Amino acid sequence: MAIKLENLTYTYNPGTPFEKKAMSDVNIHIPKGQFVGLIGHTGSGKSTLIQHLNGLIKPTSGNIYINGRNIHNKDEVSIKDVRQQVGLVFQYPEYQLFEMNIYKDVAFGPENMGLSKEEVKERVHKALSMVNIGEDMFDKSPFELSGGQKRRVAIAGVLAMEPEILILDEPTAGLDPKGREEILGQVSKMHEELGITVILVSHSMEDVAKYVDRLVVMKGGKVELDGIPREIFNHIEELEDMGLAAPQIRYIMEELSAKGMDVKKDILTVEEAADIIASYLKKGGIRSDS
Amino acid sequence: MIRDITIGQYYPTNSYIHRLDPRVKILSTFAYIISLFLIDNYIGYLIVALFIYTITKVAKIPLKFILKGLKAIFIIVLFTVILNVFMAPGETILYEFGKVKVTLEGIKLAIRMVSRLVLLIIGSSLMTLTTSPIELTDGIESLLKPFSKIGVPAHEIAMMMSISLRFIPILLEETDKIMKAQMARGADFESGGIIKRAKALIPILVPLFISAFRRADELAMAMEARCYRGGENRTRMKELRYESKDYIALSIMAILVVVTILI
Ligand SMILES: Nc1ncnc2c1ncn2[C@@H]1O[C@H](COP(=O)(O)OP(=O)(O)OP(=O)(O)O)[C@@H](O)[C@H]1O
Ligand SMILES: [Mg+2]
Repeated sequence: MAIKLENLTYTYNPGTPFEKKAMSDVNIHIPKGQFVGLIGHTGSGKSTLIQHLNGLIKPTSGNIYINGRNIHNKDEVSIKDVRQQVGLVFQYPEYQLFEMNIYKDVAFGPENMGLSKEEVKERVHKALSMVNIGEDMFDKSPFELSGGQKRRVAIAGVLAMEPEILILDEPTAGLDPKGREEILGQVSKMHEELGITVILVSHSMEDVAKYVDRLVVMKGGKVELDGIPREIFNHIEELEDMGLAAPQIRYIMEELSAKGMDVKKDILTVEEAADIIASYLKKGGIRSDS
Repeated sequence: MIRDITIGQYYPTNSYIHRLDPRVKILSTFAYIISLFLIDNYIGYLIVALFIYTITKVAKIPLKFILKGLKAIFIIVLFTVILNVFMAPGETILYEFGKVKVTLEGIKLAIRMVSRLVLLIIGSSLMTLTTSPIELTDGIESLLKPFSKIGVPAHEIAMMMSISLRFIPILLEETDKIMKAQMARGADFESGGIIKRAKALIPILVPLFISAFRRADELAMAMEARCYRGGENRTRMKELRYESKDYIALSIMAILVVVTILI
């Protein structure tokens, strides 16, 4: 499932005083199976961009191809199929829950796809177990759950449609560290096991550094940087100018090497840093000049 | 999607009209509506139409934007025309088939009613287009103040209005968001018969109500946390004060009313 965006431009409320150009001339190609992180300051157009990918908003100009088919050309593909292939989890998805119980809410998507009762049941069970919601909870009202549980049920609602491309808009906003770890770990596992394409919008540099294969950085509606995370985080100053940053651990490594420790700086995770420091210390550590 | 509704919207351009005291605009709108009903000939409508056209120009609001807002009342206008053309009693029969008669009087009446309706809508939407909701409610509160002695809760009415007005765009935005989220899950709001469509609204309405209640609750709490205790002893950052431009605007309105009475 490859995604190709061609000269995508989008303007909100054109022709009124509230006119707002949210995206201009965006070109991105995402091959099947990639785990892509999308970062950028607030208002940089991330949410606008991802809503294009399943046809929720139509570009002011430009084209969107999913698997080589233009999604706004009815002869090539129906919008219903696109929405099933491209699963989109919105920011704060728990606000879209509406059913009497969890089971029914997760079943909403598969039912809209017109699946048989057995298939719906199978998918609901599978989706809810993926987000660690046990069967004893199925009859509960979604409104008596905790925030993190609600979030997971809402994500399961999209997973149950078994999309080939999964897009998550800040899925961990407002969750505690454990909740974040669980959700992202689950997504990462699905990416590996099912080979689906994942786009993760996030404000956490630590999260994207840990999970993604590729980072797209947006600024003022344009793609500013695009590459592998290790390389992108070398542009620390550019990132800081945009109101972003590199992962915290990266700054520690910078400091250590400024203090004279001869360690590699372009690392992504705390674990990686620990290994490097440990092996450095084992080798005899401190350089002669310090 | 639902953001196309323009009636009741504010269109900021900071023109002369925008800077007028909100009380002047509210009173002028009343005067305008009254004069619209005093008119009984075409020249009167022409004068008022010219007047309102001038105001839109001065307010720097594109005519297109206002006409777009009229689309929403198109059905009402159409209904008025049909009702008047076919139902109005009259002598001069222009056209007749069976029992249905089209009379000259009917057509004249229809023209009058439609002009009145369209001018009424344009005139009153000009008030909301040029006055921000906050100014509008400030104006209303200040105009109602004298009546608080006879028990009219002026401050409460104004506060309720300003909160409702404030919530309209928020709720529209929320509806838009929820609709999109459910569409992403394959919800279909456009096809099927009446029952299917009504049922399709449940996934929008339930989350919408829940979020509306949540927001109302949070707002009430936030207001209380900042010591809101109703209107008593509350001071304001911007005091309303009439200036010379306001007196000029009021005089122009007075002239318009007099002219419409005279002709
Ligand atoms: N429905 C809308 N109507 C008008 N303007 C909008 C709308 N949604 C977003 N915008 C504007 O478009 C721009 C891009 O918004 P978008 O929501 O895509 O940003 P974002 O990168 O997702 O930000 P955040 O990180 O805060 O979620 C912003 O300037 C925003 O004000
Ligand atoms: Mg966003």
